[in-house]
Amino acid sequence: MPHNPYLYIFVMFLVSFLIRVLPLTLIRKPIKNRFFRSFLYYVPYVTLAVMTFPAIIEATEEPAAGAAAFAVGIVAAFRGADLFRVAILCSATVFVIELLLPFS
Amino acid sequence: MISQDSKLILLKGMRAGIPIGLGYFAVCVSLGLTARAAGFTAFQGFLFSMLNYASAGQYAGAMLYAACATLAQVVSVIFITNARYMLMGVALNQRVKPETSWWKRLIIGATITDEIFGVTIARPGYINYLYPLGAWLVAVPMWSAGMSVGIIMGNILPARIVSALSVALYGMFLAIIIPPARKDKIVGIFVAISFVCAWFFAKIPALAKISAGNRTIILTVVIAATAAILFPVKEKEEGGKKDAA
Repeated sequence: MPHNPYLYIFVMFLVSFLIRVLPLTLIRKPIKNRFFRSFLYYVPYVTLAVMTFPAIIEATEEPAAGAAAFAVGIVAAFRGADLFRVAILCSATVFVIELLLPFS
Repeated sequence: MISQDSKLILLKGMRAGIPIGLGYFAVCVSLGLTARAAGFTAFQGFLFSMLNYASAGQYAGAMLYAACATLAQVVSVIFITNARYMLMGVALNQRVKPETSWWKRLIIGATITDEIFGVTIARPGYINYLYPLGAWLVAVPMWSAGMSVGIIMGNILPARIVSALSVALYGMFLAIIIPPARKDKIVGIFVAISFVCAWFFAKIPALAKISAGNRTIILTVVIAATAAILFPVKEKEEGGKKDAA
């Protein structure tokens, strides 16, 4: 197609928009199948888990900082800290460790 | 008029959108480097991100634009890289009150990203469209701003800042999955299995060639299906409780 960036952006928008809205608008029958319902129950936890680790270790300059953030995040979340606090704690952990690591 | 309750839900969504947005900003700065190499200007990058908000999809999209891909290629590659949103839409649909109007459904669907889906589905009861909308209104402009910054600034942003910002996103993922994993042992075991499997996929050379997007799809389907076969959930465990939200 013509090498127009706006045309590319529009086509990509159209495809991703349709993918997102179709299951909620056209295909709306509640699912009765027990396997599929169970599958959907586990999906978000598995998806977020595989996206978190080992990506968190690869996202930081120092893998040790990412590993520490992973541990801090698990402990904080386990002890009931909310979304925002866990996120800030993880960021702060990386910032402090990467600040201190060159001196160790 | 917007009721007090609705306002509160919108605000809760926006609050969840802050850590998501911080992570998005950091991630999209690096994605901006790819978009810049592909030939997008800062404005085009912003528009691209406001309309697509999909990391793997936009990465593939920038490559397609750089390669002068055909319409058919663009449609098929974007479909494949974003196919998981369809699965998420199906999951969300299960949790939408049956009589919900079409435009509210459109908003719940249109605001899907991996992270907004995660925080939305993790809430108990029926989904209120204002929650994902609030998260979207905060997180996606930050995502798009990140791309513009990446395109304009290139590598100027201090690596340490990007490094610290980028884990905010993962911290948020942990905050979503750990509390249910604590409550439901089966979820906990499968979260641990997911960490181990993802690690193996990233480390074993033959498997490491699989892109991060495909890794996510494959592991999600295999692990969640295994869990569903071995430990099918009872009606009451599915978060079908009704609440005013």
